[in-house]
Amino acid sequence: MKLIYEKSVKGRRGLKLPAGDVPRAADLPTDLLREKPAGLPEVSEMDLVRHYTNLSRRNFSVDTNFYPLGSCTMKYNAKIIENTSALFAGSHPMTPLLPGGEAFTQGSLALLHGMGELLTEITGMDEVSCQPLAGAHGEMTGIMLIAAYHRAKGNRKKYVIVPDSSHGTNPASAAMVGYEIITIPSAPYGDMDLDAFRAAMNNEVAAVMMTCPNTLGLFNPHIKEICDIAHEHDALMYYDGANLNAILGKVRPGDVGFDVIHVNLHKTFGTPHGGGGPGSGPVGVKKALIPFLPTPRVIRKSDGAFALEKVNSRSIGRMANFFGNFGVMAKAYAYILMLGREGLIEVSEQAVLNANYMMAQLKDHFDLPYDKSCMHECVFSASRQLKHGVHAIDIAKYLIDRGYHPPTVYFPLNVKEAIMIEPTETESKETMDAFIAVMIEAAEMAEKNPEALHEAPLTMPVSRLDETKAAREQNVCFGPW
Amino acid sequence: MLAAIGVASVDALFAPIPAGLRARSFALPDGTSEQELLRQMKQLAGTDRPVTGFIGGGYYDHYIPAVVDHLSGRAEFYTAYTPYQPECSQGTLQALFEYQTAICRLTGMEVSNASLYDGGTALAEAAMMALRVTGRNRLVIDGSVNPFSREIVRTYLTNLGVEIVEIPARDCLADRPALTAALTDLTAAVILQNPNFFGSVEDLGDIALTAHANGALLIASVYPISLGLVKSPGAMGADIVVGDGQSLGNPLSFGGPSFGFIATTKKYIRNLPGRIIGETVDKNGRRGFVLTLQAREQHIKRHKATSNICSNQSLCALRGMIFLASVGKEGLVDLARLNRDKAEYAKGLLAKVKGVRLLNTANTFNEFTLVLPKDAAEVAERLLDKGVAAGVPLGAYYQGMDNCLVVTVTEKRTRDEIDALAKELEGAL
Repeated sequence: MKLIYEKSVKGRRGLKLPAGDVPRAADLPTDLLREKPAGLPEVSEMDLVRHYTNLSRRNFSVDTNFYPLGSCTMKYNAKIIENTSALFAGSHPMTPLLPGGEAFTQGSLALLHGMGELLTEITGMDEVSCQPLAGAHGEMTGIMLIAAYHRAKGNRKKYVIVPDSSHGTNPASAAMVGYEIITIPSAPYGDMDLDAFRAAMNNEVAAVMMTCPNTLGLFNPHIKEICDIAHEHDALMYYDGANLNAILGKVRPGDVGFDVIHVNLHKTFGTPHGGGGPGSGPVGVKKALIPFLPTPRVIRKSDGAFALEKVNSRSIGRMANFFGNFGVMAKAYAYILMLGREGLIEVSEQAVLNANYMMAQLKDHFDLPYDKSCMHECVFSASRQLKHGVHAIDIAKYLIDRGYHPPTVYFPLNVKEAIMIEPTETESKETMDAFIAVMIEAAEMAEKNPEALHEAPLTMPVSRLDETKAAREQNVCFGPW
Repeated sequence: MLAAIGVASVDALFAPIPAGLRARSFALPDGTSEQELLRQMKQLAGTDRPVTGFIGGGYYDHYIPAVVDHLSGRAEFYTAYTPYQPECSQGTLQALFEYQTAICRLTGMEVSNASLYDGGTALAEAAMMALRVTGRNRLVIDGSVNPFSREIVRTYLTNLGVEIVEIPARDCLADRPALTAALTDLTAAVILQNPNFFGSVEDLGDIALTAHANGALLIASVYPISLGLVKSPGAMGADIVVGDGQSLGNPLSFGGPSFGFIATTKKYIRNLPGRIIGETVDKNGRRGFVLTLQAREQHIKRHKATSNICSNQSLCALRGMIFLASVGKEGLVDLARLNRDKAEYAKGLLAKVKGVRLLNTANTFNEFTLVLPKDAAEVAERLLDKGVAAGVPLGAYYQGMDNCLVVTVTEKRTRDEIDALAKELEGAL
């Protein structure tokens, strides 16, 4: 499809602007003026609508396709939450920062405060800051809180421990806060190797970052022991909430011994993924870390009014322009209110049931490196298919031809030819059965007709793009103009 | 399903969780119907009180063309995720490539990523990028950069042993002699904002030259709507350009989500944080788009990545692109002019109010700073009581500027509203 720039016709316009109701001002002096207008598209509204409508049709999405992308929790996003978040669209974030302004934004502040309280109860922490703008941003905020905690105590800490199955964001976030990383290998049973962890633990470790259940979909039975060992060395336990969808109402990280947690609202709490954001990554902490939370902090005064604590000398400071991705929070808040206590428990039960069903139905056809009950996702390996020259990516491309968004492939890194399937709770048995049938078909084709899998996908506008060329030529902007 | 799995109950699937680790509490409200939820949320939103806004502070009340909501609301964009599988994600990939192109053309730069979280964090990422590029550990930042953004930069760098030197503005402009004096051979970058927090517009070209002569980069934070009129930061010699994309088709929404943009020159592309979309061809030679230069990113490089950022603000960036295509090439010039015309009208009127004077000696775009004869916070509070957010009082952000008020006028403010503001201000003094 042509680019919108290639559809431009000189002088063509989309939006009609209002006529000015004030006199024309004198021009800016020439040395401050642009030489020529920026080369933006010149299209009619009809051209514009057709262009992006047709572009959208070149996407798979949750609303059009089953999307079992492991670790991303691609559940259905209820339409009503769009309507509810739109109610707050006109609220200016500077208003509560004006003198007397908090009184004008009691609704928005109440929502933020309420969101924090709901997440506090869900995770078993003592307070939640909604400021972080995405999961990785929450991780960074959390590690900064941990650094502030250690600094205040006069602790000299240098390292952050992560398991080798962790999301890449974990070590990257810790490195951005200045820590060195110690990576612990996974044991044959699929969890962080407890002996290796014990051996690596020392008094210079600031934090241990864990995802539980981990990226293999396994709940670590030694998690309490790990927390205890870390605490003996005054290292804090960080909980990566990426997989929280598995344990709602079953386990609360705060009860287990975690000190800091981030939550991905766009995963567990049903807000749309938007093609890669916006996310939202609230951070929850135990009491000892509350003084360090980012400012401005939403508080409730003794008279019941909501207010902002703007300055706090012990706070790590400000992590975002304002109070976080409020629009995303408004959706997650609505999601939690709509489902309620029982609904959220059912979310995790159904998510775990669906993943185990998927695992049971496919394990005769694909290698299952860790053959035990999983939580919300299961990780297969295409190593059996590899004997016929078929890689995980070939199976992924075949699924596209059959109308399925592929599972996550080649992650986690500690599983060869990984195929990570997370059906989520919102998919029916019928949808999963149809997907399972196609997966089995792919496994059979790998043996009988591997070439056909190498050819896939055949039904898409493009097939097997040359990524090396893209990286070499670095053509990231259309030109010349 | 249970039979296929071989367990008797759903509870059995949670057996791997030791009994002692089960949730001690889960005291949440009961669920509710869609209809009741909407009623409840309307009630909550209804407790916010509407104001007529002459406030900015990095977020601007601009008109959002109807096509932005309709097109970005297409479920195929809305409910997809990061385009890891390019064959079934060409919609998102091409739209983001178009977005990167728009950002390059708007800023006068060569390369852009596919967006960051917001303007403040984009500035912090740019600062960290400059530290990487130069291998130096000192930053010089102009005091007229948005105070929130400056605080984010400071927060991000707290633990990294970076020295940050802040140079207070002079006459609402960058203090050139002081900036120059602060440059050393350890300075990685000079950070400026244009128009700055006081609203002044200036040519940063000479500062770019000075920075470059000292081996430092120039980082410019810009307000995209102003670029309809104002010389691009690229043309001024900036090395890294950032800004907040809220003004491009994203609602105020109490501060988010919006997006941050970051653009630079080709030679620094490998130092950019976040997702980048690149053009390529498929096995049959057809043009297509992919995530590229992923070797910079956390999912490959882990702790050696250029940033920890994973998802960007894809949907908000898409809204920005649709906004820019709807307004269009000539339209953006007209829109910028409309903003400036209204601001100039307001400036003339307000500066004539008895006891009030204009602080900016230089040109401005759609914001300017007034000096009131008394405490601006007090005056602003009185006006707010009447439903007018007259501007941002500076006392909370700048020492000795208690009487100053930054006033913002976008195209959405009418002449009547501006006239009313002048009258209310007069009454409040």
